[in-house]
Amino acid sequence: MKKIATGNKAVAEAVKQAVPTVVAAYPITPQTEIVEQIAEFVTSGQMSARYIAVESEHSAMAACIGASITGVRTFTATSSHGLLYMHEMTNWAAGARLPIVMANVNRSLGPGWNIWAEHTDALQERDTGWLQVYVSTVQEAYDATLMAFRIAEHNDVLLPVMVNLDGFLLSHIMQPVDTVELGDFIPAIHLPYAIDPKHPAGYGTLTGPDQQFKFRWDIERSMRDSVKVIEETEKDFAKRFGRKYDFTEDYRCEDADVIIIALGTLGKEAEVAVDLLRNEGIKAGSMRIRWLRPFPKLNLKGKEVVVIDRDYSFGFGGIVANEIKAKTGIRLYSVIAGIGGQEVTYDDIAGFVRTRRMGEEFWFGVNAHV
Amino acid sequence: MFEVRIHSRGGQGGVTAARLLAMATLHDGKYATACPFYSAERRGEPIVSFVRIDDTPIKVYSQIRQPDMVVVLDTSVMDVVDVLHGLKKGGRIFINSAGKREFAGFECRNVDLTGIALREKLVVSGSPILNTAVLGALAKMGIVTADSAKKAIREMFSDERNVNAADAAYKEMSV
Repeated sequence: MKKIATGNKAVAEAVKQAVPTVVAAYPITPQTEIVEQIAEFVTSGQMSARYIAVESEHSAMAACIGASITGVRTFTATSSHGLLYMHEMTNWAAGARLPIVMANVNRSLGPGWNIWAEHTDALQERDTGWLQVYVSTVQEAYDATLMAFRIAEHNDVLLPVMVNLDGFLLSHIMQPVDTVELGDFIPAIHLPYAIDPKHPAGYGTLTGPDQQFKFRWDIERSMRDSVKVIEETEKDFAKRFGRKYDFTEDYRCEDADVIIIALGTLGKEAEVAVDLLRNEGIKAGSMRIRWLRPFPKLNLKGKEVVVIDRDYSFGFGGIVANEIKAKTGIRLYSVIAGIGGQEVTYDDIAGFVRTRRMGEEFWFGVNAHV
Repeated sequence: MFEVRIHSRGGQGGVTAARLLAMATLHDGKYATACPFYSAERRGEPIVSFVRIDDTPIKVYSQIRQPDMVVVLDTSVMDVVDVLHGLKKGGRIFINSAGKREFAGFECRNVDLTGIALREKLVVSGSPILNTAVLGALAKMGIVTADSAKKAIREMFSDERNVNAADAAYKEMSV
């Protein structure tokens, strides 16, 4: 059924349909509407989940971990400082192989106190063992949340999944969303090592130097296996509900000379820039990265690449640009734009392409190449 | 793409008006994006919300700088905000006002939405609710169809007075 919803409401609707047993969360702007809506679903009896109103994000993730290890479906949502406050527990969730699903509404980090869109929050979590997907429309926020449960809980994955949506630009914007009749798209959860009081076992015990690396490798093995699970899940989603997704969303890339790469809404706005540039005779394309973990295979051979990072690693560079460089070995033009919700229009994006200087980094608004 | 900027004060329903317009647009078989200006919203403060309407899915997230249309739900906002800022040449204006207004180079229409809301007793916490009546005005101006406007209002509000208010605005606007 088609309706108009914000990104936050769309995520909450998907969570309702996924029927989690436990939702533990703490409100934070611009995510609050997700957990408010879920709390309302629970209060009004539309959701049977146990909603745990915790006193902090660290506790939210800890509660999800405690619930998840009993073998039930869990969800939480956060943003920015809330995510960073969870950091110890996000590592634990992945290490304990718990398929928790979390929506993270991407927001800048303070100080200065800024509530607007930026990806540095989630990118600081990229080494935790969580799968990460970044969405670009309200519809995609809904679809990706549904798929996240199936992917996380798959026996070949059993890792947590973070669905990232841009603060305000997606969390608060209203767009059409086509909700689905889920049917058996998400199978019943089965955790192979759930706590069972009849068969006591030790969890999280001291693990020595002769064992720890095996558990770490096992996370990586599952991360690699998750590639085919993501492919299968997206394929089945397309078959059932008609909407196709992939590791990247490619727009006019086939014959492109120059490719723009960005995450989230900037990656969608880039498509408008591509049309503008094509009209001027510049053969541009857009490759919006959706899955950052596991990192996709990118075919960029022979292309000039302009990467827009709405994030930064101080003393190093744009995080996405450097991940692409490390994985593909290509030379690229790194643009730092959209930090703390900085306005970036399709005209601006087209400008980045027109004035690109391969091998250099450019801070939009600062007007400095380095 | 048709871009609308709605000026109101916090509590008057400007954001809901944007949402209703987007819902009505959907019933017309088009695509829409509606959003409030991204800042803290306080009751009584001048606020802006935006609606983009197109025949294809909307990919633009940056703010509307040159709207095709401006809607003013509260004329007192005009004392503190330049509501015509960036409005395209020949752009359309709707003002909630009993008196006719003229702006050189623009097409301006008006209806007394506040009067309609008071007549229909659509008042919440002392504020007349304008967001449903305005849909009738927008339908008269051809932004959405009247049927879709009413359908959207009924989806959000069970009180039929909201539809009556939209009907009244539609009828009272002189073309």
